[in-house]
Amino acid sequence: MRALTWHGKHDVRVDTVPDPQIVNPRDAIIEVTATAICGSDLHLYDAVIPGLQPGDILGHEFMGRVVETGPKSTLKKGDRVVVPFTISCGACFFCGQGQFSACDNSNPVEKQEASELLYGHAVSGLFGYSHMTGGYPGGQAEYVRVPFSDVGPIVIPDGIPDEQVLFLSDILPTGWMAAENCDIQPGDTVAVWGCGPVGLFAIQSALLMGAHQVIAIDHYPGRLDLARGLGAKVIDYTQTHVLEALMEMTGGIGPDAVIDAVGMESHGFAPDRIMDAVKQKIGVGADNIHALRMALMAVRKGGRVSIPGVYGGMADKFPMGALMEKGLQVRTGQTHVQKYTRELLHRILEGEIDTTFLISHRLSLEDAPTGYRNFHGKQNEWTKVVMTPGAASGPAQGGDHG
Amino acid sequence: MPRRSSGLPVAATVLALSIGAGLAVGAAMKSAPRRPPDSAPGRTARRSHFGGYQVAGRTVTIDAPRSRIFQMWRDPNRLTDFMEGLAAVQVSGDSVTWVVQSPDGRFPVETRLVEERPDEALAWRSAEGADIQIEAKVQLRDAPAGRGTEVEAHVAWRPQGGIVGHWAAMLRGTDPAIRGKQDLKRLKMLLETGEIATSANRKGDD
Ligand SMILES: NC(=O)c1ccc[n+]([C@@H]2O[C@H](COP(=O)([O-])OP(=O)(O)OC[C@H]3O[C@@H](n4cnc5c(N)ncnc54)[C@H](O)[C@@H]3O)[C@@H](O)[C@H]2O)c1
Ligand SMILES: [Zn+2]
Ligand SMILES: [Zn+2]
Repeated sequence: MRALTWHGKHDVRVDTVPDPQIVNPRDAIIEVTATAICGSDLHLYDAVIPGLQPGDILGHEFMGRVVETGPKSTLKKGDRVVVPFTISCGACFFCGQGQFSACDNSNPVEKQEASELLYGHAVSGLFGYSHMTGGYPGGQAEYVRVPFSDVGPIVIPDGIPDEQVLFLSDILPTGWMAAENCDIQPGDTVAVWGCGPVGLFAIQSALLMGAHQVIAIDHYPGRLDLARGLGAKVIDYTQTHVLEALMEMTGGIGPDAVIDAVGMESHGFAPDRIMDAVKQKIGVGADNIHALRMALMAVRKGGRVSIPGVYGGMADKFPMGALMEKGLQVRTGQTHVQKYTRELLHRILEGEIDTTFLISHRLSLEDAPTGYRNFHGKQNEWTKVVMTPGAASGPAQGGDHG
Repeated sequence: MPRRSSGLPVAATVLALSIGAGLAVGAAMKSAPRRPPDSAPGRTARRSHFGGYQVAGRTVTIDAPRSRIFQMWRDPNRLTDFMEGLAAVQVSGDSVTWVVQSPDGRFPVETRLVEERPDEALAWRSAEGADIQIEAKVQLRDAPAGRGTEVEAHVAWRPQGGIVGHWAAMLRGTDPAIRGKQDLKRLKMLLETGEIATSANRKGDD
């Protein structure tokens, strides 16, 4: 089959690799009909998440048709499914609590050693990510072996276009959980750093959950426009003193909740960010936490901090004093996708949530390296890339907003 | 609440392995503690030697009743399902032979079942005169609030003589503590999910 493989920093290629097979009884094989590039893939592209090996198949936002089932799979051949990026057994203590991304049984035991060492506990399996999270071949491919297919994938009724449901695999539930973690109360202001796909879905979710106002922060006019289109107020941090503006826009109180939808590769020229970026580059394990620092400084006393943005290592100059002295609450994590798919599918079908507004480019899987290069380098225009396996290579099809 | 061995001091926990002379001497040689013992299991002590023995162990909580887990450990055909590098287990009466698969080929480790308390504990000790001196014990306790069973396994062994090479080969460079922990996690996967997780994309791939 054809698949997008990782070979090193900024080096991804579409290769021909062996087709997957059913290996375990609960497996299914999915023929991918749509697959996307995520901001998390950019951390791999930039090689700031450890534990990738040359030849690894990337991709964790995908959907398709079931073409083969193991004896214990509950799916049927021909079912149309969206597959959560978190691999979860559905049976362990954590899955039982709805903490699917903390599943104890999805990361192969030999691969658990690294995260036990680095984080104190083994993390769960994820598609198309680090070998720390299992090294599972990902979904930017024609076919994917899907473990625990009886609990993860959600079956989609025919007649609904792929693009409306594809993001149930990750960024839609991720934005939703980011907002849920803000525990939004009437009158609340939620400030969101990052207007990438995760930030945009977090904005949409926070407004649906009844936030009084959402203030979105980024530096790309194109992305800020999308945020404005959802009903957010926006701050361009290259024009405005963010902390001051947030105080002024909240009656001198500060946002009740903040969302870091940037993660470990914050942009900008702030001195702390440059120090972090240097340390990240020389590999001393320091993440770039500039956006998170800003969020912690901005949030009001007793406020809530939600961190969907991904971090992988250690943090320097973490404003511990602000966290403690202001009495903040922090919630974060890889998304518990399986906990949200049913409800969010329902909201999509009811027309409450639109997921297609952020798609800027549609490509053949054959052109995936172009997709990576531009989603990485031209973020103002390239907000979300959706790819189709099997389609002929060709120029990108633009999205709805040009 | 069942009495937990984690409440025992170092020496007692080591002795709780119900081991012969080697470990008992080891425990006795241990210098008198300057501080009162704490509540942690003995093998988590900062020192790693117990007389001539090394001790490693791990506890894993498995969402299954004790009886089901006990059956897995008691059934020679199931042991090879979750213990890596174990080719076969032969049982005849009290004697249990573990056929270990090493890069140098297969070799047997002969042990005797020295303790069997149904649904609670099993322990094996290397047969008299055996090359390898080893003792292993599995204990099962109810986890709190219906969370299943706490499965604790520990191994004490005396690294010695020409056998070290064999032993090292068998472990393929892996620390027995890691090896044992991984076996327990495989057992957990098997019992909770019916399979052992793998990221292999094809049968027979690694
Ligand atoms: N928790 C999860 O399960 C989960 C799931 C998906 C993605 N993520 C993570 O969420 C983050 C965002 O993902 P995405 O797909 O939206 O990525 P993206 O790269 O498309 O978007 C990031 C946005 O942040 C903006 N930004 C950078 N520095 C900033 C700063 N200092 N202040 C304000 N904005 C800044 C960028 O301009 C960009 O628009 C990534 O870290 C990704 O790994 C987490
Ligand atoms: Zn993602
Ligand atoms: Zn689980």
